[in-house]
Amino acid sequence: MASEKGVMLLDFWVSPFGQRARIALAEKGVEYEYKEENLRDKSELLLKSNPIHKKIPVLIHDGKPICESLIIVQYIDETWSDKAPLLPSDPYQRAQARFWADFVDKKVFECGGKLWKLKGEEQEAAKKEMIEILQILEAQLGDKKYFGGDIFGFVDVAFVPFTSWFYSYETCANFSVEEVAPKIVQWAKRCMERESVEKTLPDPKRVYEFVCYLKKRFGIE
Amino acid sequence: MAGSGNSEVKLLGAWASPYVARARIALNLKEVQYEFLEEQFGTKSELLLKSNPIYKKIPVLIHDDKPICESLIIVQYIDEVWVSSGPALMPADAYDRALHRFWAVYIDDKFVPALFGMMRAPTEEAKAESKEQALASLQLLEEAFGKISKGKPFFGGDTIGYLDVALGAFVGWMKAFEEMNGFKLLDDAKTPLLCAWAENFCNNEVVGAVIPETAKLVELAKVMQARFKSAPPAN
Repeated sequence: MASEKGVMLLDFWVSPFGQRARIALAEKGVEYEYKEENLRDKSELLLKSNPIHKKIPVLIHDGKPICESLIIVQYIDETWSDKAPLLPSDPYQRAQARFWADFVDKKVFECGGKLWKLKGEEQEAAKKEMIEILQILEAQLGDKKYFGGDIFGFVDVAFVPFTSWFYSYETCANFSVEEVAPKIVQWAKRCMERESVEKTLPDPKRVYEFVCYLKKRFGIE
Repeated sequence: MAGSGNSEVKLLGAWASPYVARARIALNLKEVQYEFLEEQFGTKSELLLKSNPIYKKIPVLIHDDKPICESLIIVQYIDEVWVSSGPALMPADAYDRALHRFWAVYIDDKFVPALFGMMRAPTEEAKAESKEQALASLQLLEEAFGKISKGKPFFGGDTIGYLDVALGAFVGWMKAFEEMNGFKLLDDAKTPLLCAWAENFCNNEVVGAVIPETAKLVELAKVMQARFKSAPPAN
């Protein structure tokens, strides 16, 4: 495989996992080529770069692919280490950051999916679960500016893409994130003041349109 | 050792848990003195509930009263804190690190559920499916080993690394399942590299002390299987 110099990101516009990579690259000021994938017709390059999972995002650096969004973000942090550190330097703080980013990974996306896929009692249960998740994250944030403290860090990058899904979660499951987790909403606003986040995250209404399209495709009323 | 002469290290765990084994192997490789606090099967201690309120699971490393949870995160923490003790577990190169992390996540997401799926499967069909998935995962790991080890004995090269610990901690259970089910998970014909790797890994002194005896795991598995059959799964 010819080693093309440079950075390329295989991605899909609405993917919160892809957005993590985009935000990290922007924070570091890295120039890269963005390639939008059609997930219903995946490119040769994607299939070759991520043969195991065939999923986006994939970061390709000088011809070498890196997969899994949090692994990509750590790679970006370690490779372009001269600017905007995302992980703290203290090992204990790093372990905490990894733990909470992993928590977001394990909980938010799957529960969020249930909110728009399910109805009735099952949806109610998912709503309760999501509220609990948001409140746990809020407790972790506390009165800090970011999850990383004063520094916009790894956990912030991991979680902020999901904030553009809040409107969809709220609309589908009939609850208010602001009511159950006001500090998270304030944190989201602060993050949006950062160019990297503001330029990356889609309008929540567009995300909702996408969710509605998915619902039609999966035959969910 | 880096000025942490008085630091107190405790590990909440259980003898049979492969996730706990990851932490123990890492601590042993770094020659860290620690107190092993064994959780009783079926109950959770106050200390565990307080140290890991989110998941209430072992292993939990407690270093100077500060808890660290999730086995892979614990291994990285150990590598970073006791950095001057023994060879690094994480590779030096960022890309190699990404590869080690990728396959460790793969092991947790795909291989381990299939491995234990064979024990928990309610039907023969489900069991066969788990077995297929476990074997397929190992085939991919065999290929990955070929690329990552570059002819050396371990994923980490000449010495045991992060990915060796991530997978190696499960060798005891792999042997137990091989014995219980009468087929090979690691096969000289299909996964020769991993067969050699497993032997090298288990022959390491500090590892050998941690991996439980196959017979004991088989006995435990039979007890657990009986419980799964008689009650709905609690986990």
